Amino acid sequence: MSIAVDVKLSQGDFALQAAFTAESGVTALFGQSGAGKSTLAALIAGLRRPSTGRIVLDDTVLVDTAAGVFVPRQKRRIGVVFQEARLFPQLSVRANLRFGQRFLPRGERAPELGPVVELLGIGSLLERRPRHLSGGEQQRVAIGRALLMRPQALVMDEPLASIDEARRAEILPYLDRLKSELRIPIVYISHAVAEIARLADTVVVLGAGRVTAAGTAADILSRLDLPQLGAAEQGAILTATVLSVDASRGTAVLAHPAGSLTVPAVAAPAGTALRLRIHARDVALAVGDPGRISIRNRLPARIIELGQATGGGVDVRLDAGGSPLLARITEDAVADLGLGPGSEVTALIKAIAVEGYRA
Amino acid sequence: MFGLTDAELEALRLSLLVASVATVASLPFGILVGVALARGQFWGKSALNVLVHLPLVLPPVVTGYILLVAFGRRGVIGEFLAEQLGIVFAFRWTGAALAAAVMGFPLMVRAIRLAVEAVDSRLEEAAGTLGAGRIATFMLVTLPLALPGIIAGAVLGFAKAMGEFGATITFVSNIPGETQTLPSAIYSLLQVPGEESGAIRLTVIAILVAVGALIASEVLAQRARKRADGR
Repeated sequence: MSIAVDVKLSQGDFALQAAFTAESGVTALFGQSGAGKSTLAALIAGLRRPSTGRIVLDDTVLVDTAAGVFVPRQKRRIGVVFQEARLFPQLSVRANLRFGQRFLPRGERAPELGPVVELLGIGSLLERRPRHLSGGEQQRVAIGRALLMRPQALVMDEPLASIDEARRAEILPYLDRLKSELRIPIVYISHAVAEIARLADTVVVLGAGRVTAAGTAADILSRLDLPQLGAAEQGAILTATVLSVDASRGTAVLAHPAGSLTVPAVAAPAGTALRLRIHARDVALAVGDPGRISIRNRLPARIIELGQATGGGVDVRLDAGGSPLLARITEDAVADLGLGPGSEVTALIKAIAVEGYRA
Repeated sequence: MFGLTDAELEALRLSLLVASVATVASLPFGILVGVALARGQFWGKSALNVLVHLPLVLPPVVTGYILLVAFGRRGVIGEFLAEQLGIVFAFRWTGAALAAAVMGFPLMVRAIRLAVEAVDSRLEEAAGTLGAGRIATFMLVTLPLALPGIIAGAVLGFAKAMGEFGATITFVSNIPGETQTLPSAIYSLLQVPGEESGAIRLTVIAILVAVGALIASEVLAQRARKRADGR
């Protein structure tokens, strides 16, 4: 299943021109505010019309301005989760969840509430009214409401942006589960690199209404030429498999093509694929044997390229067993060690600094 | 009852009947026009807005005369309705109801328009993405959320209908038992020397009915608001 978008929209000073395809899995639309992310979401959902272009969901043409096709929002079967939960205040949580089910095509059975309620952990909220729920709870109900209409695709427009940090951490695990259980394209809009690094399979970067980069999350997030990502958020994504978990020591050992990795313990059995986020600032480089040091993870790597020096630091892109890895070190360190493209180094990664999520 | 004469009771009964029928019959149109003015984008919207508000700014006598010309026995619309559907307005209580409805309509529409405009259109968008078409969105989202304002509009219309005098007396005259509502009855009593006591009794009744309607609307609107807010 996939959504193919190729649209143009001009309105006053703002011009949007974007083309991308979202396959099953999470496609993140990333960019600063004003880049056109939410406009794209509105175009896919049928809340706005493009000036010209096409939007195709699987084999169904939703929009084709040349052919005069415009499927109205209520016929698109695209679930939308907005930044604000937009729950119906006069209805209970249960009635909100069931809202979309009465509009399913004739003969199509409504999905059971049970699994979705279970997935999102909202079983205890069913008889309550939206105003009595926290922001995080409201957003989980909104996700459930969109899922229960059995959507052919899901658009999530900054679903965590208006939720405070603590609640966000509470919802993210549910989004992890959603991602692994849904077999439909999910277009996830965000300007938060951390969310994208955790959830996205594919990333489309938007800047001033245009697609400036697109590719797998691992490739895009390790690119050195995308200043939108921000130096503090710069980091690589690695996929590794759990070998063993030592709960008493609080560590887990993972297998990666570049070598084994020690990370903080995760609640996942051996064999589970994990997605690791390793910030560039948490990676040090050594030439030769670093000797006796506390850093647990030492991966052999080769330097691919050095970025522009900014703020006293240089981002170094490495190849570690075929995966991109980023290290941010000082200019002096680059000079002292004589680093350049092709240099063989050891990437030192503190175990404590690695964030792991179920892939 | 309350020392009212039969004629005075008849005027009260007639007023309640006229105002109720006027309100109930005009409410669907009031909702339609209120929604159209709040959410619609169509050619002639300003013209419709002006037309709806005309009775508010025209002298009531003028409105009554226009009704007489249009809906009278020889009127363009009146003749058609009488022949085709057997509905006669001229000098009947139905005419009083029509006059009351027309005069109360702008107030009703204003309240409903404001209530619909206050409904968060983002909720309507959300309903659309969940598969609800325009009518379903209106019935399931817009209408329940605007209900407090719609009730307020209906009560305003009812209160205006109870008090309507100028257009009514011009259009359907002042016939006891047929078109003599409370205001007309008070007016008639004031024309006869020594009948002030009857006028005072009816005045008190008019005040009671008005206060009762306001209290009822407050209670209903509050209940509706609670529901709409999900409290």
